Amino acid sequence: MIWKIILFLLISFVSIAGIAFPIVKNPQAWYEFPNIPGLEENAKIIFFHVPTAWLTLIAFLMSTVFSFKYLKNKNMDDDAKAYAAAQLGMVFCILATVTGAVWAKFAWGAFWSWDPRQTSIFALLLIYGALFALRSSIESEEKRATLSSVYSMIAFVTVPFFIFIMPRIMKGLHPGSADDTGAGPIVNFQMNSSMLFIFVLSLIGFTILYYWMWQVSYKSVIYRDKLNKNLIRG
Amino acid sequence: MISKAFAVFNKDFHSELRTRYAINSLAMFVIVAISVIMFAVGQEKISEGLTGGLFWVVIFFTAMSGLARTFVSEEERGTSLTLQLVASPSAVFSGKLLFNIILVFCMNTVIALLYAALFESFVIKNYSLFFFSFVLGNIGLAISSTIIAAIISKAGAKGTLYPVLSFPILLPLILTSVQLTLFSLDGTSIEDAKFELAIVVSYDVIMLTVSYMLFDFIWKD
Repeated sequence: MIWKIILFLLISFVSIAGIAFPIVKNPQAWYEFPNIPGLEENAKIIFFHVPTAWLTLIAFLMSTVFSFKYLKNKNMDDDAKAYAAAQLGMVFCILATVTGAVWAKFAWGAFWSWDPRQTSIFALLLIYGALFALRSSIESEEKRATLSSVYSMIAFVTVPFFIFIMPRIMKGLHPGSADDTGAGPIVNFQMNSSMLFIFVLSLIGFTILYYWMWQVSYKSVIYRDKLNKNLIRG
Repeated sequence: MISKAFAVFNKDFHSELRTRYAINSLAMFVIVAISVIMFAVGQEKISEGLTGGLFWVVIFFTAMSGLARTFVSEEERGTSLTLQLVASPSAVFSGKLLFNIILVFCMNTVIALLYAALFESFVIKNYSLFFFSFVLGNIGLAISSTIIAAIISKAGAKGTLYPVLSFPILLPLILTSVQLTLFSLDGTSIEDAKFELAIVVSYDVIMLTVSYMLFDFIWKD
Protein backbone atom coordinates (compact mmCIF):
# COMPACT_ATOMS: atom_id res chain seq x y z
CA MET A 1 0.00 0.00 0.00
CA ILE A 2 2.77 2.43 0.98
CA TRP A 3 4.35 1.84 -2.46
CA LYS A 4 1.17 2.86 -4.20
CA ILE A 5 0.99 6.11 -2.25
CA ILE A 6 4.64 6.89 -3.00
CA LEU A 7 4.05 6.07 -6.66
CA PHE A 8 0.98 8.31 -6.74
CA LEU A 9 2.90 11.22 -5.21
CA LEU A 10 5.87 10.65 -7.53
CA ILE A 11 3.81 10.56 -10.71
CA SER A 12 1.74 13.58 -9.60
CA PHE A 13 4.88 15.55 -8.81
CA VAL A 14 6.48 14.65 -12.13
CA SER A 15 3.35 15.54 -14.09
CA ILE A 16 2.88 18.89 -12.34
CA ALA A 17 6.57 19.77 -12.41
CA GLY A 18 7.01 18.67 -16.00
CA ILE A 19 4.08 20.75 -17.24
CA ALA A 20 4.09 23.75 -14.93
CA PHE A 21 7.73 24.62 -14.20
CA PRO A 22 8.74 27.62 -16.30
CA ILE A 23 11.47 27.63 -18.93
CA VAL A 24 13.68 30.72 -18.63
CA LYS A 25 16.88 32.05 -20.20
CA ASN A 26 19.03 31.97 -17.06
CA PRO A 27 17.64 29.52 -14.51
CA GLN A 28 18.24 30.75 -10.95
CA ALA A 29 15.62 29.11 -8.72
CA TRP A 30 15.52 25.33 -8.36
CA TYR A 31 12.22 25.04 -10.23
CA GLU A 32 13.34 26.80 -13.42
CA PHE A 33 14.36 24.88 -16.54
CA PRO A 34 17.00 26.14 -18.98
CA ASN A 35 16.03 27.27 -22.46
CA ILE A 36 17.35 24.69 -24.95
CA PRO A 37 17.83 26.37 -28.34
CA GLY A 38 15.63 24.82 -31.03
CA LEU A 39 13.28 23.17 -28.54
CA GLU A 40 12.10 25.92 -26.16
CA GLU A 41 8.78 24.95 -24.59
CA ASN A 42 8.66 21.72 -26.60
CA ALA A 43 11.37 20.32 -24.36
CA LYS A 44 8.84 19.56 -21.63
CA ILE A 45 7.39 16.56 -23.45
CA ILE A 46 10.69 14.80 -22.73
CA PHE A 47 9.34 13.88 -19.28
CA PHE A 48 6.60 11.79 -20.92
CA HIS A 49 8.01 10.74 -24.28
CA VAL A 50 11.31 9.24 -23.14
CA PRO A 51 9.82 7.11 -20.30
CA THR A 52 7.24 5.59 -22.64
CA ALA A 53 9.90 4.75 -25.22
CA TRP A 54 12.12 3.35 -22.48
CA LEU A 55 9.27 1.18 -21.16
CA THR A 56 8.47 -0.07 -24.66
CA LEU A 57 11.96 -1.52 -24.78
CA ILE A 58 11.92 -2.79 -21.18
CA ALA A 59 8.61 -4.55 -21.83
CA PHE A 60 9.95 -6.12 -25.01
CA LEU A 61 13.09 -7.25 -23.19
CA MET A 62 11.02 -8.77 -20.36
CA SER A 63 8.72 -10.47 -22.82
CA THR A 64 11.74 -12.05 -24.51
CA VAL A 65 13.33 -13.09 -21.20
CA PHE A 66 10.14 -14.82 -20.07
CA SER A 67 9.72 -16.40 -23.52
CA PHE A 68 13.20 -17.82 -23.12
CA LYS A 69 12.30 -19.09 -19.65
CA TYR A 70 9.15 -20.67 -21.05
CA LEU A 71 11.10 -22.51 -23.74
CA LYS A 72 13.50 -23.72 -21.07
CA ASN A 73 11.05 -24.84 -18.36
CA LYS A 74 7.71 -25.17 -20.22
CA ASN A 75 5.94 -23.42 -17.35
CA MET A 76 2.70 -21.75 -18.49
CA ASP A 77 3.11 -18.97 -15.89
CA ASP A 78 6.17 -17.71 -17.75
CA ASP A 79 4.11 -17.50 -20.90
CA ALA A 80 1.48 -15.45 -19.04
CA LYS A 81 4.24 -13.12 -17.83
CA ALA A 82 5.65 -12.74 -21.33
CA TYR A 83 2.18 -12.10 -22.73
CA ALA A 84 1.38 -9.48 -20.07
CA ALA A 85 4.70 -7.72 -20.73
CA ALA A 86 3.98 -7.69 -24.45
CA GLN A 87 0.50 -6.25 -23.90
CA LEU A 88 1.88 -3.41 -21.79
CA GLY A 89 4.69 -2.94 -24.28
CA MET A 90 2.13 -2.43 -27.04
CA VAL A 91 0.33 0.22 -24.95
CA PHE A 92 3.56 2.09 -24.21
CA CYS A 93 4.68 1.69 -27.82
CA ILE A 94 1.52 3.43 -29.03
CA LEU A 95 2.00 6.15 -26.41
CA ALA A 96 5.64 6.65 -27.44
CA THR A 97 4.65 6.82 -31.12
CA VAL A 98 1.92 9.37 -30.46
CA THR A 99 3.95 11.59 -28.10
CA GLY A 100 6.88 11.34 -30.51
CA ALA A 101 4.70 12.34 -33.45
CA VAL A 102 3.27 15.32 -31.53
CA TRP A 103 6.76 16.41 -30.56
CA ALA A 104 7.94 15.95 -34.15
CA LYS A 105 5.09 18.13 -35.42
CA PHE A 106 6.26 21.07 -33.32
CA ALA A 107 10.01 20.47 -33.40
CA TRP A 108 10.54 19.19 -36.97
CA GLY A 109 7.37 20.43 -38.69
CA ALA A 110 5.62 17.17 -39.57
CA PHE A 111 3.97 14.39 -37.62
CA TRP A 112 5.82 11.68 -39.50
CA SER A 113 8.99 11.88 -41.56
CA TRP A 114 10.47 8.32 -41.51
CA ASP A 115 13.29 9.35 -39.26
CA PRO A 116 15.29 6.24 -38.25
CA ARG A 117 13.83 6.37 -34.73
CA GLN A 118 10.33 6.64 -36.13
CA THR A 119 11.05 3.73 -38.45
CA SER A 120 12.27 1.64 -35.55
CA ILE A 121 9.31 2.40 -33.29
CA PHE A 122 7.06 1.58 -36.25
CA ALA A 123 8.85 -1.76 -36.68
CA LEU A 124 8.38 -2.45 -32.97
CA LEU A 125 4.64 -1.73 -33.33
CA LEU A 126 4.54 -4.16 -36.25
CA ILE A 127 6.35 -6.82 -34.20
CA TYR A 128 3.91 -6.46 -31.31
CA GLY A 129 0.97 -6.54 -33.74
CA ALA A 130 2.32 -9.67 -35.44
CA LEU A 131 2.84 -11.33 -32.05
CA PHE A 132 -0.80 -10.79 -31.09
CA ALA A 133 -1.99 -11.88 -34.55
CA LEU A 134 0.02 -15.09 -34.14
CA ARG A 135 -1.29 -15.70 -30.63
CA SER A 136 -4.91 -15.23 -31.63
CA SER A 137 -4.58 -17.63 -34.57
CA ILE A 138 -3.60 -20.69 -32.49
CA GLU A 139 -6.10 -22.66 -30.43
CA SER A 140 -3.89 -25.04 -28.48
CA GLU A 141 -2.43 -23.35 -25.40
CA GLU A 142 0.99 -24.97 -25.38
CA LYS A 143 1.52 -24.60 -29.09
CA ARG A 144 0.53 -20.95 -28.80
CA ALA A 145 2.99 -20.38 -25.98
CA THR A 146 5.84 -22.15 -27.80
CA LEU A 147 5.33 -20.50 -31.17
CA SER A 148 4.87 -17.01 -29.77
CA SER A 149 7.97 -17.47 -27.59
CA VAL A 150 9.98 -18.50 -30.62
CA TYR A 151 8.64 -15.59 -32.65
CA SER A 152 9.38 -13.03 -29.97
CA MET A 153 12.95 -14.32 -29.67
CA ILE A 154 13.45 -14.12 -33.44
CA ALA A 155 12.01 -10.62 -33.42
CA PHE A 156 14.24 -9.64 -30.52
CA VAL A 157 17.46 -10.26 -32.42
CA THR A 158 16.39 -7.74 -35.08
CA VAL A 159 15.96 -4.97 -32.50
CA PRO A 160 19.70 -4.06 -32.32
CA PHE A 161 19.58 -3.34 -36.06
CA PHE A 162 16.85 -0.78 -35.51
CA ILE A 163 18.20 0.79 -32.35
CA PHE A 164 21.93 0.90 -32.95
CA ILE A 165 22.59 0.49 -36.65
CA MET A 166 19.78 2.16 -38.62
CA PRO A 167 20.18 5.59 -36.94
CA ARG A 168 23.88 5.47 -37.81
CA ILE A 169 23.40 4.93 -41.53
CA MET A 170 20.17 6.80 -42.24
CA LYS A 171 20.04 10.57 -42.02
CA GLY A 172 17.79 11.60 -39.20
CA LEU A 173 16.52 14.43 -37.05
CA HIS A 174 16.35 12.62 -33.72
CA PRO A 175 19.21 13.22 -31.27
CA GLY A 176 21.89 10.55 -31.72
CA SER A 177 21.55 10.23 -35.52
CA ALA A 178 24.41 10.01 -38.01
CA ASP A 179 24.44 13.72 -38.85
CA ASP A 180 23.85 14.94 -35.31
CA THR A 181 26.57 17.46 -34.59
CA GLY A 182 26.07 17.49 -30.84
CA ALA A 183 27.83 15.17 -28.47
CA GLY A 184 24.73 12.99 -28.15
CA PRO A 185 21.18 13.16 -26.91
CA ILE A 186 20.22 16.50 -25.37
CA VAL A 187 20.12 14.85 -21.97
CA ASN A 188 23.89 14.91 -21.76
CA PHE A 189 24.75 18.50 -22.27
CA GLN A 190 21.88 20.92 -22.18
CA MET A 191 19.75 19.95 -19.21
CA ASN A 192 20.44 21.62 -15.91
CA SER A 193 20.43 19.66 -12.67
CA SER A 194 16.77 20.32 -11.77
CA MET A 195 15.57 19.26 -15.21
CA LEU A 196 17.74 16.16 -15.09
CA PHE A 197 16.44 15.39 -11.59
CA ILE A 198 12.80 15.52 -12.70
CA PHE A 199 13.66 13.54 -15.83
CA VAL A 200 15.21 10.76 -13.73
CA LEU A 201 12.29 10.88 -11.28
CA SER A 202 9.88 10.49 -14.18
CA LEU A 203 11.85 7.50 -15.51
CA ILE A 204 11.77 5.87 -12.05
CA GLY A 205 8.08 6.67 -11.53
CA PHE A 206 7.01 5.27 -14.88
CA THR A 207 9.14 2.16 -14.39
CA ILE A 208 7.49 1.43 -11.02
CA LEU A 209 4.09 2.08 -12.59
CA TYR A 210 4.92 -0.36 -15.36
CA TYR A 211 6.09 -2.99 -12.89
CA TRP A 212 2.88 -2.72 -10.89
CA MET A 213 0.70 -2.84 -14.02
CA TRP A 214 2.64 -5.85 -15.24
CA GLN A 215 2.10 -7.74 -11.97
CA VAL A 216 -1.65 -7.05 -11.95
CA SER A 217 -1.88 -7.97 -15.61
CA TYR A 218 0.00 -11.29 -15.53
CA LYS A 219 -1.85 -12.40 -12.41
CA SER A 220 -5.15 -11.68 -14.13
CA VAL A 221 -4.03 -13.74 -17.15
CA ILE A 222 -3.13 -16.68 -14.88
CA TYR A 223 -6.41 -16.45 -12.94
CA ARG A 224 -8.42 -16.23 -16.14
CA ASP A 225 -6.79 -19.40 -17.46
CA LYS A 226 -7.49 -21.19 -14.18
CA LEU A 227 -11.15 -20.11 -14.21
CA ASN A 228 -11.53 -21.21 -17.81
CA LYS A 229 -10.11 -24.64 -16.97
CA ASN A 230 -12.44 -24.97 -13.97
CA LEU A 231 -15.40 -24.08 -16.17
CA ILE A 232 -14.47 -26.73 -18.68
CA ARG A 233 -13.94 -29.38 -15.99
CA GLY A 234 -16.88 -28.46 -13.77
CA MET B 1 23.60 -34.88 -40.86
CA ILE B 2 24.72 -33.38 -44.16
CA SER B 3 23.63 -36.45 -46.12
CA LYS B 4 20.24 -36.36 -44.36
CA ALA B 5 19.91 -32.68 -45.21
CA PHE B 6 20.66 -33.45 -48.84
CA ALA B 7 18.11 -36.25 -48.76
CA VAL B 8 15.43 -33.83 -47.51
CA PHE B 9 16.44 -31.35 -50.18
CA ASN B 10 16.35 -34.08 -52.84
CA LYS B 11 12.89 -35.15 -51.74
CA ASP B 12 11.58 -31.57 -51.94
CA PHE B 13 13.30 -31.02 -55.27
CA HIS B 14 11.78 -34.14 -56.84
CA SER B 15 8.29 -33.52 -55.49
CA GLU B 16 8.58 -29.97 -56.82
CA LEU B 17 9.61 -31.25 -60.25
CA ARG B 18 6.66 -33.62 -60.23
CA THR B 19 4.00 -31.00 -59.44
CA ARG B 20 5.83 -27.81 -60.46
CA TYR B 21 3.47 -25.93 -58.13
CA ALA B 22 5.94 -23.46 -56.60
CA ILE B 23 7.75 -22.71 -59.86
CA ASN B 24 4.55 -22.09 -61.82
CA SER B 25 2.85 -19.98 -59.19
CA LEU B 26 6.00 -17.95 -58.49
CA ALA B 27 6.62 -17.31 -62.18
CA MET B 28 3.03 -16.21 -62.69
CA PHE B 29 3.16 -14.06 -59.55
CA VAL B 30 6.28 -12.29 -60.78
CA ILE B 31 4.68 -11.55 -64.13
CA VAL B 32 1.43 -10.34 -62.53
CA ALA B 33 3.22 -8.12 -59.99
CA ILE B 34 5.52 -6.56 -62.56
CA SER B 35 2.69 -5.93 -65.00
CA VAL B 36 0.64 -4.25 -62.25
CA ILE B 37 3.60 -1.96 -61.60
CA MET B 38 3.99 -1.30 -65.34
CA PHE B 39 0.30 -0.37 -65.64
CA ALA B 40 0.53 1.85 -62.57
CA VAL B 41 3.60 3.61 -63.95
CA GLY B 42 2.06 4.03 -67.41
CA GLN B 43 3.93 6.52 -69.57
CA GLU B 44 5.59 8.26 -66.61
CA LYS B 45 9.35 8.44 -66.40
CA ILE B 46 10.27 7.01 -63.05
CA SER B 47 13.49 7.77 -61.25
CA GLU B 48 16.30 5.38 -60.37
CA GLY B 49 15.46 5.60 -56.69
CA LEU B 50 11.91 4.48 -57.28
CA THR B 51 12.86 1.47 -59.44
CA GLY B 52 15.29 0.32 -56.74
CA GLY B 53 12.45 0.40 -54.21
CA LEU B 54 9.90 -1.21 -56.56
CA PHE B 55 12.42 -3.99 -57.26
CA TRP B 56 12.33 -4.96 -53.59
CA VAL B 57 8.54 -4.60 -53.40
CA VAL B 58 8.19 -7.31 -56.04
CA ILE B 59 10.87 -9.49 -54.40
CA PHE B 60 9.21 -9.24 -50.99
CA PHE B 61 5.70 -10.09 -52.15
CA THR B 62 6.86 -12.89 -54.43
CA ALA B 63 8.79 -14.43 -51.55
CA MET B 64 5.73 -14.10 -49.32
CA SER B 65 3.53 -15.81 -51.89
CA GLY B 66 5.75 -18.83 -52.53
CA LEU B 67 8.24 -19.61 -49.78
CA ALA B 68 5.78 -20.85 -47.15
CA ARG B 69 5.09 -23.90 -49.32
CA THR B 70 8.06 -25.95 -48.08
CA PHE B 71 6.69 -26.43 -44.59
CA VAL B 72 2.98 -25.92 -45.22
CA SER B 73 2.91 -28.75 -47.77
CA GLU B 74 4.34 -31.15 -45.17
CA GLU B 75 1.51 -30.26 -42.79
CA GLU B 76 -1.11 -30.48 -45.54
CA ARG B 77 0.02 -33.91 -46.67
CA GLY B 78 0.44 -35.04 -43.06
CA THR B 79 4.04 -36.08 -43.67
CA SER B 80 5.69 -33.95 -40.98
CA LEU B 81 5.55 -36.72 -38.37
CA THR B 82 7.31 -39.15 -40.73
CA LEU B 83 9.94 -36.53 -41.41
CA GLN B 84 10.47 -36.10 -37.67
CA LEU B 85 11.16 -39.83 -37.39
CA VAL B 86 13.56 -39.94 -40.31
CA ALA B 87 15.75 -36.89 -39.79
CA SER B 88 16.96 -34.62 -37.00
CA PRO B 89 15.45 -31.12 -36.81
CA SER B 90 18.61 -29.39 -37.98
CA ALA B 91 18.88 -31.72 -40.99
CA VAL B 92 15.26 -30.95 -41.93
CA PHE B 93 15.87 -27.25 -41.56
CA SER B 94 19.06 -27.38 -43.63
CA GLY B 95 17.31 -29.26 -46.42
CA LYS B 96 14.36 -26.88 -46.49
CA LEU B 97 16.66 -23.87 -46.29
CA LEU B 98 18.74 -25.12 -49.22
CA PHE B 99 15.58 -25.60 -51.28
CA ASN B 100 14.32 -22.11 -50.42
CA ILE B 101 17.70 -20.49 -51.15
CA ILE B 102 17.72 -22.03 -54.63
CA LEU B 103 14.09 -21.00 -55.18
CA VAL B 104 14.83 -17.42 -54.07
CA PHE B 105 17.87 -17.24 -56.34
CA CYS B 106 15.92 -18.42 -59.40
CA MET B 107 13.03 -16.10 -58.64
CA ASN B 108 15.15 -13.02 -57.99
CA THR B 109 17.32 -13.60 -61.04
CA VAL B 110 14.17 -13.67 -63.18
CA ILE B 111 12.89 -10.51 -61.47
CA ALA B 112 16.23 -8.72 -61.98
CA LEU B 113 16.37 -9.71 -65.66
CA LEU B 114 12.77 -8.59 -66.23
CA TYR B 115 13.47 -5.28 -64.47
CA ALA B 116 16.56 -4.68 -66.56
CA ALA B 117 14.59 -5.40 -69.72
CA LEU B 118 11.40 -3.51 -68.90
CA PHE B 119 12.45 -0.45 -66.89
CA GLU B 120 14.61 2.11 -68.65
CA SER B 121 15.94 3.62 -65.44
CA PHE B 122 16.98 0.27 -63.97
CA VAL B 123 20.55 0.41 -65.24
CA ILE B 124 23.17 -1.15 -63.00
CA LYS B 125 26.39 0.85 -62.94
CA ASN B 126 28.33 -1.19 -60.39
CA TYR B 127 27.86 -4.86 -61.22
CA SER B 128 30.06 -6.33 -58.50
CA LEU B 129 28.29 -4.38 -55.74
CA PHE B 130 24.91 -5.42 -57.15
CA PHE B 131 26.07 -9.04 -57.26
CA PHE B 132 27.29 -9.07 -53.64
CA SER B 133 24.22 -7.33 -52.25
CA PHE B 134 21.97 -9.56 -54.37
CA VAL B 135 23.58 -12.78 -53.08
CA LEU B 136 23.69 -11.69 -49.44
CA GLY B 137 20.17 -10.26 -49.58
CA ASN B 138 18.79 -13.44 -51.11
CA ILE B 139 20.38 -15.62 -48.46
CA GLY B 140 18.96 -13.45 -45.68
CA LEU B 141 15.53 -13.45 -47.30
CA ALA B 142 15.59 -17.24 -47.59
CA ILE B 143 16.70 -17.80 -43.98
CA SER B 144 14.11 -15.52 -42.41
CA SER B 145 11.25 -16.69 -44.57
CA THR B 146 12.11 -20.36 -43.96
CA ILE B 147 11.98 -20.05 -40.18
CA ILE B 148 8.76 -17.98 -40.31
CA ALA B 149 7.29 -20.56 -42.71
CA ALA B 150 7.97 -23.22 -40.08
CA ILE B 151 6.08 -21.17 -37.47
CA ILE B 152 3.21 -20.57 -39.90
CA SER B 153 2.87 -24.23 -40.81
CA LYS B 154 2.46 -25.14 -37.13
CA ALA B 155 -0.01 -22.28 -36.61
CA GLY B 156 -2.43 -23.81 -39.11
CA ALA B 157 -1.08 -22.20 -42.29
CA LYS B 158 -3.07 -19.01 -42.20
CA GLY B 159 -2.14 -17.38 -45.52
CA THR B 160 -2.42 -13.76 -44.45
CA LEU B 161 -0.32 -14.30 -41.34
CA TYR B 162 2.85 -15.04 -43.31
CA PRO B 163 3.62 -11.54 -44.62
CA VAL B 164 2.45 -10.05 -41.30
CA LEU B 165 4.97 -12.10 -39.33
CA SER B 166 7.79 -11.84 -41.85
CA PHE B 167 7.73 -8.13 -42.57
CA PRO B 168 9.08 -6.83 -39.24
CA ILE B 169 11.77 -9.53 -39.24
CA LEU B 170 12.78 -8.73 -42.83
CA LEU B 171 12.62 -4.94 -42.41
CA PRO B 172 16.31 -4.36 -41.53
CA LEU B 173 17.34 -6.53 -44.48
CA ILE B 174 14.94 -4.84 -46.91
CA LEU B 175 15.88 -1.29 -45.84
CA THR B 176 19.59 -2.05 -46.24
CA SER B 177 19.12 -3.93 -49.50
CA VAL B 178 17.10 -1.09 -51.01
CA GLN B 179 19.96 1.21 -50.05
CA LEU B 180 22.52 -1.16 -51.62
CA THR B 181 20.46 -1.48 -54.81
CA LEU B 182 20.35 2.31 -55.04
CA PHE B 183 24.13 2.41 -54.56
CA SER B 184 24.67 -0.06 -57.38
CA LEU B 185 22.35 1.94 -59.65
CA ASP B 186 24.24 5.13 -58.69
CA GLY B 187 27.60 3.53 -59.32
CA THR B 188 28.87 3.90 -55.75
CA SER B 189 32.07 1.94 -55.13
CA ILE B 190 32.17 -1.11 -52.88
CA GLU B 191 34.48 0.78 -50.49
CA ASP B 192 31.73 3.32 -49.78
CA ALA B 193 29.09 0.64 -49.30
CA LYS B 194 31.18 -1.44 -46.90
CA PHE B 195 29.09 -0.58 -43.85
CA GLU B 196 25.80 -1.59 -45.51
CA LEU B 197 27.33 -4.85 -46.77
CA ALA B 198 28.55 -5.56 -43.23
CA ILE B 199 25.02 -5.03 -41.91
CA VAL B 200 23.60 -7.55 -44.39
CA VAL B 201 26.32 -10.08 -43.55
CA SER B 202 25.67 -9.73 -39.82
CA TYR B 203 21.93 -10.01 -40.40
CA ASP B 204 22.47 -13.27 -42.32
CA VAL B 205 24.73 -14.72 -39.64
CA ILE B 206 22.48 -13.72 -36.73
CA MET B 207 19.34 -15.04 -38.41
CA LEU B 208 21.00 -18.31 -39.36
CA THR B 209 22.19 -18.91 -35.79
CA VAL B 210 18.86 -18.01 -34.19
CA SER B 211 16.95 -20.16 -36.69
CA TYR B 212 19.06 -23.24 -35.99
CA MET B 213 18.75 -22.66 -32.24
CA LEU B 214 14.98 -22.23 -32.23
CA PHE B 215 13.90 -24.62 -34.95
CA ASP B 216 13.92 -27.59 -32.53
CA PHE B 217 11.17 -25.96 -30.45
CA ILE B 218 8.98 -25.33 -33.49
CA TRP B 219 9.48 -28.70 -35.11
CA LYS B 220 8.91 -31.01 -32.13
CA ASP B 221 5.36 -30.86 -30.77
